[in-house]
Amino acid sequence: MSERKIIDARGTYCPGPLMELIAAMKQAEVGDELEILSTDEGSVNDVPEWINKVGHEMVGTTQEGDVWHIVVRKAK
Amino acid sequence: MKILIVGGGMGGTIVANNLARRIGTEVRAGKAQITMLSASDRHMYQPGLLYTSIGRLAPDELYRDQRSLLEPEIEFHVDPVETFDLDNNRVVTKSGKTHSYDQLVIATGSRAAPETIPGLAENSVNCYTEAAALEMLRQVRDFKGGTVAVVVGVPHKCPMIPLEVTFVLHDYFKDKGIADKVQFQYTYPIGRLHALAPVADWAKGEFARLGINTTTLFNMKEVDGNKIVHSEEGETVDADLLISVPPHRGMEVIEKNEMGANGFIPTDRLSLRMEGRDNVYIVGDTTNLPISKAGSTAHFEAETVAENLAALIKFGTTVRDYDGKVFCFIEAGKERATYAMFDYNNPPAPKAPNKAVHWFKMAYNQLYWASARGLL
Ligand SMILES: Cc1cc2nc3c(=O)[nH]c(=O)nc-3n(C[C@H](O)[C@H](O)[C@H](O)COP(=O)(O)OP(=O)(O)OC[C@H]3O[C@@H](n4cnc5c(N)ncnc54)[C@H](O)[C@@H]3O)c2cc1C
Repeated sequence: MSERKIIDARGTYCPGPLMELIAAMKQAEVGDELEILSTDEGSVNDVPEWINKVGHEMVGTTQEGDVWHIVVRKAK
Repeated sequence: MKILIVGGGMGGTIVANNLARRIGTEVRAGKAQITMLSASDRHMYQPGLLYTSIGRLAPDELYRDQRSLLEPEIEFHVDPVETFDLDNNRVVTKSGKTHSYDQLVIATGSRAAPETIPGLAENSVNCYTEAAALEMLRQVRDFKGGTVAVVVGVPHKCPMIPLEVTFVLHDYFKDKGIADKVQFQYTYPIGRLHALAPVADWAKGEFARLGINTTTLFNMKEVDGNKIVHSEEGETVDADLLISVPPHRGMEVIEKNEMGANGFIPTDRLSLRMEGRDNVYIVGDTTNLPISKAGSTAHFEAETVAENLAALIKFGTTVRDYDGKVFCFIEAGKERATYAMFDYNNPPAPKAPNKAVHWFKMAYNQLYWASARGLL
């Protein structure tokens, strides 16, 4: 596994955190972890919804102040 | 001070003109120099391509002579850069010339890359280049009925295109009198119809009214020869006419020079400097910032960079950060439009569409040229 890639999508609305994650996921290798930083609370639901639908793995979600750190792993 | 601007599109042109107005005296006194290198002697109004793809705007109406848009203090060469030698503050062009600089601005834009999804280039049409828009016109004009599917890759430039192309084609087939023979299937990568939640809510009502089917969380994996699109999520969409918003990449020159994955250059979201470089600024679609790849983004970034470059000459320091500002018109049909404006600290809150905004958008199609010249 390479080092965790951070996607800083704080304060961005269009295309927004999930679309950035989808684009970054295409570039990642199976097993890579990606951490998305989002100030949009909606990401807490959006990201797992997509990750589960497509079959990747959720690693965890934490909140620091008004920033959510959502960590996922590319599974296929 | 030698300032070199690579790219003569929306971003590069505004940086150059805005800067020329601020430091004209220094340029005329020989204390500063502004040079632009571009890949074309023409400047294209890219939003017009959508209308070319339905035969409403002829290709020659999309272009202006690039030199005519530039302030006289700017030295302009049509000679694309092939090598960026950032360690030695110079670039080498296609013709073999070397240009050195003290400050470099890169605004080479982005390009649709349908070839990155198996089967997409062969089985779909799009409106992202003049040639592609003309092929789209041919297929749209010859279409007699069936399913029109809209598929969307990420990232893509102009976030409004997926919705706009759907509405425009819907109107086109209605005007042609074959609306009853055409079904629409709109897809979108995330779990709603548009990235901006208020726009997605509005589109939901409009699509229901027009009978447009939708599938969300749909990311293209491949397209087979029967125009069946398979998604990463395990679903399929069939089309008789497949309209794509292909995933985009930065320019090949950026990839070849290993300046950023997929041709998007890692950029500081506030200073707009290339990460790890003090004298290289990135503007427009070429940044890797998670914000809209749009002319307005390039415009606001360009104003920030021009002001800072002028300040470097006049004060010896930069004076402001980019605040993440983006402005998008949203055409709502029936000659009504609204707009969304947002930045890193303020989310968008579009108001109800009205006619005045629609007519302003129509006027903007011409005002674009004043905007590129840095007058607006
Ligand atoms: C169909 C369509 C509709 C759109 N609608 C809208 C809209 O409604 N609103 C909106 O805000 N935006 C819209 N856009 C997006 C907008 O046009 C772009 O985001 C904007 O042009 C980006 O500006 P830029 O300066 O980054 O790149 P560009 O304007 O693409 O300019 C890139 C420049 O770099 C030059 N170049 C390339 N390679 C080299 C090289 N190696 N050396 C030197 N120069 C080079 C090119 O010749 C060009 O001059 C639309 C785009 C399309 C295609």
